[in-house]
Amino acid sequence: MKYWKGIEELDNSPEFVKNAFAEFPDFLPVKEGRAGHADDSSVAPRRDFLKLMGFGVAAATLAACETPVRKAIPYLNKPEEIDPTVSNFYASTYFTGSDYNAVLVKNRDGRPIKLEGNPESPVTRGGLSARAQAAVLNLYDGGRLRHFMAKGKQVDFDELDRAVRAGLASTTGKTVLVSPTIISPSTKRAIAVMAGRARNFEHVMYDVNSASALIQANGGVLPAFDFSRANVIVSLGADFLGTWISPVEYSRQYITNRKVSSDKRTMSRHFQFETTLSLTGSNADVRVPVKPSEMGAVALALYNTVAGGGSVAGLSPAAQKQVAQAAKELQANRGASLVVSGSNDPAIQTVVAAINQSLGNVGTTLNLTAPSYVRQGEDARMTQFINDLKSGAVGTVIFYHANPVFNHPRGAEIEEALKGNKAALTISLNDRLDETGWLCQYQAPDHHWLESWNDFEPKRGSLSLAQPAITPLFKTRQAQETFLRWGGSNESYYNFLKDGWRTVLGSSGFQTAWDKAVHDGVATGSALTTTAFTTPALSIADATGRLGGGIKSGIEAVLYEKVGIGEGGVEANNPFLHELPDPISKATWGNYVAVPRKMAEEQKWKQNDVVKVTAGGKSIELPILVQPGQADGTVGIAVGYGRTKVGKVGDTVGANAFPLAQATPAGVMYYNTVTLEKTGATSPIAQTQTHHTIMDRHEVVQENTLAKYRENPKEVTEYERIATPEGLEKPNKVSLWQDYQYNDHHWGMAIDLNSCIGCGSCVIGCQTENNIAVVGKQQVINRREMHWMRIDRYYSSAHHEDEFEKEGKLKTYAAMEDPADNPQVIFQPMLCQHCNHAPCETVCPVLATTHSSEGLNQMTYNRCVGTRYCANNCPYKVRRFNWFSYYSNEKFEDVNGHMFTDLGRMVLNPDVTVRARGVMEKCSFCVQRIQLGKLEAKKQKRRPKDGEVVTACAQSCPTEAILFGDMRDPSSRISQLLRREDGERAFHVLDSINVQPNITYLTKIRNGAAEFFPTEEKENA
Amino acid sequence: MQYVSPVREPLVTSGKTYHDVTQDICYQVEAAPNIRWMGALGVALIGLAIFFYSVYRTLWYGIGEWGLNKTIGWAWDITNFVWWVGIGHAGTLISAVLLLFRQKWRSSINRAAEAMTIFAVICAAMFPVLHMGRPWLAFYVFPLQNTLGSLWANFNSPLLWDVFAISTYFTVSLVFWYTGLVPDFATIRDRAKGKIARVSYSLLSMGWTGSAKHWSRYETVSLILAGVSTPLVLSVHTIVSMDFATSVVPGWHTTIFPPYFVAGAIFSGFAMVLTLMLITRVVFKLEDYITLEHIALMNKIMMVTGSIVGVAYITEFFIAWYSQVEYEQYCFINRATGPYWWAYLSMMSCNVLSPQFVWIRRIRYSITMTFILSIIVNIGMWFERFVIIVSSLHRDYLPSSWAMFSPTIIDIGIYVGTIGLFFTLFLLFAKFFPVINMAEVKTILKYTVNDGPTYGGANDGSRNPSLHTSPAPYSTPGVPASAPVNYDKQND
Repeated sequence: MKYWKGIEELDNSPEFVKNAFAEFPDFLPVKEGRAGHADDSSVAPRRDFLKLMGFGVAAATLAACETPVRKAIPYLNKPEEIDPTVSNFYASTYFTGSDYNAVLVKNRDGRPIKLEGNPESPVTRGGLSARAQAAVLNLYDGGRLRHFMAKGKQVDFDELDRAVRAGLASTTGKTVLVSPTIISPSTKRAIAVMAGRARNFEHVMYDVNSASALIQANGGVLPAFDFSRANVIVSLGADFLGTWISPVEYSRQYITNRKVSSDKRTMSRHFQFETTLSLTGSNADVRVPVKPSEMGAVALALYNTVAGGGSVAGLSPAAQKQVAQAAKELQANRGASLVVSGSNDPAIQTVVAAINQSLGNVGTTLNLTAPSYVRQGEDARMTQFINDLKSGAVGTVIFYHANPVFNHPRGAEIEEALKGNKAALTISLNDRLDETGWLCQYQAPDHHWLESWNDFEPKRGSLSLAQPAITPLFKTRQAQETFLRWGGSNESYYNFLKDGWRTVLGSSGFQTAWDKAVHDGVATGSALTTTAFTTPALSIADATGRLGGGIKSGIEAVLYEKVGIGEGGVEANNPFLHELPDPISKATWGNYVAVPRKMAEEQKWKQNDVVKVTAGGKSIELPILVQPGQADGTVGIAVGYGRTKVGKVGDTVGANAFPLAQATPAGVMYYNTVTLEKTGATSPIAQTQTHHTIMDRHEVVQENTLAKYRENPKEVTEYERIATPEGLEKPNKVSLWQDYQYNDHHWGMAIDLNSCIGCGSCVIGCQTENNIAVVGKQQVINRREMHWMRIDRYYSSAHHEDEFEKEGKLKTYAAMEDPADNPQVIFQPMLCQHCNHAPCETVCPVLATTHSSEGLNQMTYNRCVGTRYCANNCPYKVRRFNWFSYYSNEKFEDVNGHMFTDLGRMVLNPDVTVRARGVMEKCSFCVQRIQLGKLEAKKQKRRPKDGEVVTACAQSCPTEAILFGDMRDPSSRISQLLRREDGERAFHVLDSINVQPNITYLTKIRNGAAEFFPTEEKENA
Repeated sequence: MQYVSPVREPLVTSGKTYHDVTQDICYQVEAAPNIRWMGALGVALIGLAIFFYSVYRTLWYGIGEWGLNKTIGWAWDITNFVWWVGIGHAGTLISAVLLLFRQKWRSSINRAAEAMTIFAVICAAMFPVLHMGRPWLAFYVFPLQNTLGSLWANFNSPLLWDVFAISTYFTVSLVFWYTGLVPDFATIRDRAKGKIARVSYSLLSMGWTGSAKHWSRYETVSLILAGVSTPLVLSVHTIVSMDFATSVVPGWHTTIFPPYFVAGAIFSGFAMVLTLMLITRVVFKLEDYITLEHIALMNKIMMVTGSIVGVAYITEFFIAWYSQVEYEQYCFINRATGPYWWAYLSMMSCNVLSPQFVWIRRIRYSITMTFILSIIVNIGMWFERFVIIVSSLHRDYLPSSWAMFSPTIIDIGIYVGTIGLFFTLFLLFAKFFPVINMAEVKTILKYTVNDGPTYGGANDGSRNPSLHTSPAPYSTPGVPASAPVNYDKQND
C-alpha cells in the first residue's frame, strides 16, 4: 500500500523526480515581474518591497515573542537509587595535593550539591577542611576545559591518543611526568603502564608546600604524627592546624588533648615559634615571634638544651627564655611530646628529628613505620627536571595536575623553556588551560574527582576510594584512563582499579568486600609502595654545623599559604574560598604584605598603601596590612594569588608571590630577604572585621587559665547578675516577657571556645548548604558579606579596664582599640543565637521573623519587606541583608557565577530558597535538615535520635567544637553537656541584655598566662 | 469679645485694611509669576530631578546603592525621615496649640507653616517606603485582611506604630489645612477673571458663601481639629522616638527619648518655619504681615526648645554614667570622642550653643542673624539624628562587627532630592494658594470702626500710613473681635 502525495508522484514526471528528494521546495519567487520586465532584477517593485518588509517584520516579531523552552524530562527508567527530591550520600575522597579528606557526597537529583566529612575515616574522622567544603563548587567551575585540544584546536579522544602515542614513540630524550604527590596506588600503576611505552620515563613529583627536607631528615618517609598523644607540642613555624601537610587530621588529634571538662582538667601545652601569626600560632599557649633566619638558631638551641649540648648565641632574650621553658617541659614529657617544624631546610629538619629521637617520641607521637604518604615530592628531582628541560634533555613532558609555571619559584624558566619548544612533545592533563597547560601542545583534561573512580592511601594501612557522583559534565577523560590508553591498554580504569584491589581485599568474597569498601569509602590495607627518596639525610653534626649562621639584619619575607586558597590551584577560581576571611587577618579577595606595627610606624606606612616587594631581582606590588604578631623585621606574604589563567573569579586577584621564594639546591625555601618600597598607590584590603580587640567585654567572650580551672571549675566563668530588690539575680529572672513553651523539641547549640581553632570550615559548610551568595571584593569593603556564620577573631590588647582610674576612661578606651604586638587570639563562631526573647522578632512590622514552637528564630523571606530594623536591633549583628539581586545583577556575575549559569546553578541546594533582593536573611539552624530528620523519624514512627539532626556547621567542624541537639531531650548530648557545664564554663553571650539565646558557649581555657583580660585586680578595682 | 492688650505692637503693620489684605495676598495668586519665583522653582525642579534619578537607582538596583552595611542598617534614610517629620511639627504646633492658646500672632504664619508640615511629611514619608528592601510590598505594613490566615501586621513593632502615627498626622494636618483654605479660596474665586481659575477655585472652595452659618461651622471645625491635632504634636515624634527607645541598641535604648524628640522636633520645625518665612516675606513682599515681632517670638520658641534639647543631651550622658552599664557608657564616650566626634560636635554647637544667642535682643530681631541661626539649627538637628542613628549603630555590642558608614552619591542625591521636592511643592503652593490666611488675618487688623471704611478701595485715602499712629480715642463696645484697637492711648 502506498499513498501518493499528489498526482505528480503517480505520474512520476521528470519535473517531480527532480525535486522529490529535496526537503524544501525551491523558494517561490517573491518578485512579481512587471509585464515584459520579468527578468529585470535591478527593479524592485513597490509591492514586492512591501511584501518582503511585511514578512520581515512579522518574522522578527514572531522570533522576539518566542519564549525559551526549558525542558524538564522525566525519567523513563528511573535509576534504582534516585528519588526526586531525596538526597543520597556516596562516599568519596578529596585530595588535591595538599589536603586529604574522606568525604560523603550529597547527591540530589543526580548532582553533587554538598560535601560532608566521612565519619568512618580513621584519618579525618568526619572533619572536613574549608577547602574541601568548597570543592563541590569546582565541579561546576566554568573555567574548566571542556574538551581535548591539540595545538589549539578541539579534537576527539582518538585523534589525540594517536598523536600522543606517535609522539611518545618518536621523540628522543627523557619522558617526564610532572605531578604533585600521588597517593593513589592504582594511579601509580596506570602511570607504570604508560611508562612501559615511553622512552626514559621519569615521574617527578613536587609539592608546592614542600616537605622535602622533612622526608629527607626522616630517612625518606614522612612521619605520621599523633598530636593527641603529645602533652607538650613545640612547633617551629609549622602551621599544622591550618595548612601544614594534613591539617584536618592534625586538628582532630590536637584538640582531643585540648578539650577539658571538670573530669579532665588537663590539656596539652603548645609552644609556637613562628614569623607570621598563623592559625596554629593563634591557638598556641606560648607564641614567640622569630625571624626566619632565627629559626635555625631556635631549633639548635632547643636541640642543645634537650640533648644536652652547648648553648646557642644570637637568640633574642624572649626566644631564649621560651626555648629554655619549652625544653624543660619537653624533657619532663619524654615520649609524650612532639617537636615539628614547617621549614624546608634539611638542617633544621635533621635537628628536629634528632630532638624527637632523643625525647623518645619516635613510636609514640611520631610514627615512621606506618608513615604518611601525602607528601612525596622531592625538590632535588624537580630542580633536575627544570635543568633538563632547559638543556633540551627532556623530549616529552606531561603535566598532570601540575602548574609549575605558576607555583614554582623557577616558573618563569619553565615558561621560557616551553615557549622555546625545548621539549618536542608537551602535554597537559590539567583541568583547565592554566599557566602551564596553555603552553603545551596537547591538552587532555582530566575529569573532576567527583566524576572519577580512584583510590587513595594517605597513610600506610588506611585506604579510601573515590567514586563518580555524576556523569562527566564535559568531554573530558579520566587521566588514569588516558595513561592506560597511551600505555596501549584499552581497559577501563574502573576495572583496572578494581583488579588492583583484589590484592588488598583478598580474592575470596571480593565482591562483598569491594561493595563494602565502596559504600564506606574507606578500607584498611596497604597497596602503595613508598617512592625511593634519592636525597640522603644529613648527619646531625652536619646539620648543627650549618645552623650556626647568625640572624640576618635585613627585612625577611615569609611566604605562607592561606587556609582558603592554599597553593592557589583550582581553589583560586573558587569564589567561596576567596571570600572566606583569612582566620587571622579576616581579609578576603587577595593577598597583601603583613607587616608588624613597629615597621609600619617607622616607615610611615598605613594599611592599604601599596609597596613594591623585591627579592632576588623579582618584585611584586601589594598593599600593606598591619598584622599584630608579625615578627619584627619581617613581612608575611601569602602565595596562591595572582593567577592569570584560572578563570573569571580568580584571575588578577592579588599578586603571585611564588617567584619570591628561594629555589636553593637543598630545596625551595619559602622565605627570602626582601626590600620594600612604597609606591604611593593605595589598594584597599577587603576585611570582614576591622576592629580587632574585645574592649574588655567579658560578656562576649570568656576565657581563663588552666591553673584556675584546675583549682575550681566553677570560678572560670564570670556570670552577669542584675540587682533586684531581692538581691543579685540572673538576668533571666528579671523579665517582662512570657516565656515560650516548647512541648516537642527545643533545638540548641553549644560551642566550645576551647575546641574552636578558627579554621573557617563551618563558614564554608554553611555557605554551600544554604546557597549563600558571594558578594565580591568591593562589597566586602562595603562591609556587606553575606556569611550566616562567621568567626569573630579578637586580639588581646596591652591595655585594660584596670587603667580607667589611673589613665581615665577616654584614654584607656582609645588605647584598648590597639592590639598588643604579640597578641593572644580568641576565636568565636558567631551565628544567629536563636534568642528566646529575640529583639528582632518584636520590631519587624510585618511579622517576617517569628519564633517557632521548637525554639528557632525563623525568617519568612516571602513576607520580608526589608526594613532592616531587625538587623539594627540584633545585638549579635548576624542578620544579612540582600543589598542587590546577587543572582541577576551583572555586577556579581563574575564572583557569584554559580547563581548565574545553568552549569553553576546545579550546585544550589534545592531545599533552600535563593533569596531575592531586599530580603533579610540569617542562620536558620539548618531548618531544612531539622525537618528532614523529623520526617525520617516520623516515617519510622519514632522520635529523632540524638545526633541524627546536625546543622551544616556542626557537621563540618574538624574539632567537634559545635554541638547541636534537642535541649528538651534530657538524654541528648547537648542536654548532658549543658547540665554538666552549667555554672562552670557554659555562658550566653551578652547575658545581661536578657535575650536568652539558644546557643551556649563554653569558656576557653588557656594553658598559659592569661593576658587577654586583666586578671584578679579587675574585680576589686 | 477679644481682650486687647494696650501695650502690644500691632500684629500687622502699615495699617492694612481688609481690602489691602485681600489685595496683597491674592495678588501673588493672580499675577503672573515673578522672576524670583521662577528662578526658585527652577532650582527646586533640579533638586526634584536629582530625587527622581536617585530613587530610580535605588528602586532598580536595590538599597545597595546606598552606603549602608551589615552593621549600620539605617543611616541617612532614617536620619532624613526623622528630620523631615520633626520639621513638620512647627506647623501643627502653630495651627493647633497656638490656636487653643489664642495666640493671635499665629494668623499670618499658620497657613505657610501648615503647608510646610504637609510637604515635610510627604518628604518624610518617602523614606520609610524607599528604605524598604522591597517597597512594592510596602502594603504589607497595613493590617489588611489576607487569605494567609494569621499573617498580619505586628502590633509590637514601633515601625507599625509609625505607620499609624504618620498617616494620622498627615491626614489630620491635610484636613486642617484645607479647612482653613476654604474661605480664602472663595475670595480668590470671587475675584477670578479667567475661566480656568474660576472653575478651579470654585471647586476648591466647595461652595463657600461666607454666610454666618458657614463661619460658625468653620470656627467649630477649626477648634475640633485643633483639639485633635494637639495630641498629635506630642504623639508623632514620641512614636518616632520609640523606633529607637524600644530597641536594645546602646544609645537608642533611652527612656528620655519621647520628650527629647518632641522638643527637638519643635525646635527644628520652628527653624524651618523661620527659614521659609524669611524668604517668603521678601519674595512676596509680605513684610507687613510677617513682622519682626513674629520673628522674635519664633526665635524665643526656638531658644526654649533648643535648651530643652541641650538638657536632654546632657541627661543622656548623666544616665549613661549613672547606669554603670558598660555598653551605654562606651556608646556615649564613643559618640563624643570616637570616629564620629565631628558629627557630635556639629550637633552640640548647632543645637545647644547657637540658640543661646537669641538671648540677645538685637540678634532676636535681626533678620540676617535669624536666618543664619535657622539654617544652623536645621543642620544641627540633622546631625542630631545622624549622631543618634549612626554613632549608636556603628559600635554596639560585638566589637567584631564595628564598622563605619560613608554615604554614596545616591544617599546624598535622595536627601538633596527631597529638599528639591519640598521646595517644589512649597513654591507651587505659594504661587497658587494664598500663603497667608486672609480670613484670619483680617480678624486681627487694628483700627477703629470710625477711622475709615473697612472695605475701602485703594483710592479712598484710608491707607494713610499714619493711621495706626493716630487712631481714634476709643473703641466701640460690640464691635467684632477683629475690631481695631487704640494702643497709643493705652485704652484709657
